[in-house]
Amino acid sequence: MVELTAQTPWAALLPVTAGATGLSAWDPGPMTALMPYRGRRAALSEAMQAAHGLGFPDPGEVTAAPPLRCLWTGRGQAFLMGGPADPGLSAQAALVDQSDGWVALRLEGETAPEVLARLVPVDLRPAALPEGRTLRTLCGHMTVSITRAPEGLEILAFRSMAGTLVHEIADAMRLVAGRAVLG
Amino acid sequence: MRLSCPLCGERDRREFTYQGAAAMVDRPAPGATTEQWSDWLHLRDNPAGRTRDLWYHEAGCGAWLVVERDTVTHEIFGTALVGGDHAD
Repeated sequence: MVELTAQTPWAALLPVTAGATGLSAWDPGPMTALMPYRGRRAALSEAMQAAHGLGFPDPGEVTAAPPLRCLWTGRGQAFLMGGPADPGLSAQAALVDQSDGWVALRLEGETAPEVLARLVPVDLRPAALPEGRTLRTLCGHMTVSITRAPEGLEILAFRSMAGTLVHEIADAMRLVAGRAVLG
Repeated sequence: MRLSCPLCGERDRREFTYQGAAAMVDRPAPGATTEQWSDWLHLRDNPAGRTRDLWYHEAGCGAWLVVERDTVTHEIFGTALVGGDHAD
């Protein structure tokens, strides 16, 4: 039997540090898209409470029952992360495995919102995006999911975009760091 | 130009894709005549003033919106989710 070794899509691209901002990768582990059938949102939330101890998130919300988290990712859609979804949830919702389809970055440092302001058309400062809130938007031309976690801003993007995403964000980090040096 | 998505809040126009008149949502009944289907598919008003259009929040929550706006002043009067607010 061939033993396959899991590879990250980042190769030697990460981590990156520039000025007061650090960009690193993290492993989101198993991810499942939960999409409730019409009129079953409340029933799905109850089933999730029973099986996992967390509910289906409202728009922009993150529910959590460590190590599990459920991230709102669009209309009628949320991602369950940190462990496998209970197969019983499929009575209320379509479940689609997303594991390895997405990559996860963490942008740390006080200037993180300033860096992403160069790429993302949404205000990401703590007042506008407090801890535990999440949103879908663009980073350059890539669709992303951005969440504020205690450690910084978490960015989810399609795995196929991994290289471009790091390139874009690392460039913005260097430019913001350069501005800080110039005063 | 910014549009207020009922789920995501106020967002930049680049996150949205324009589709056309919101009349497309009101499909004729399955047994409608060929002429009714043809009118639904081809006939459009071209108002100087208030109009209702479909916009897709492609780079956000993926919802279809009906946006009521003024083609003369560019004022936006309101936005609403297509299909009410089930399963959001």
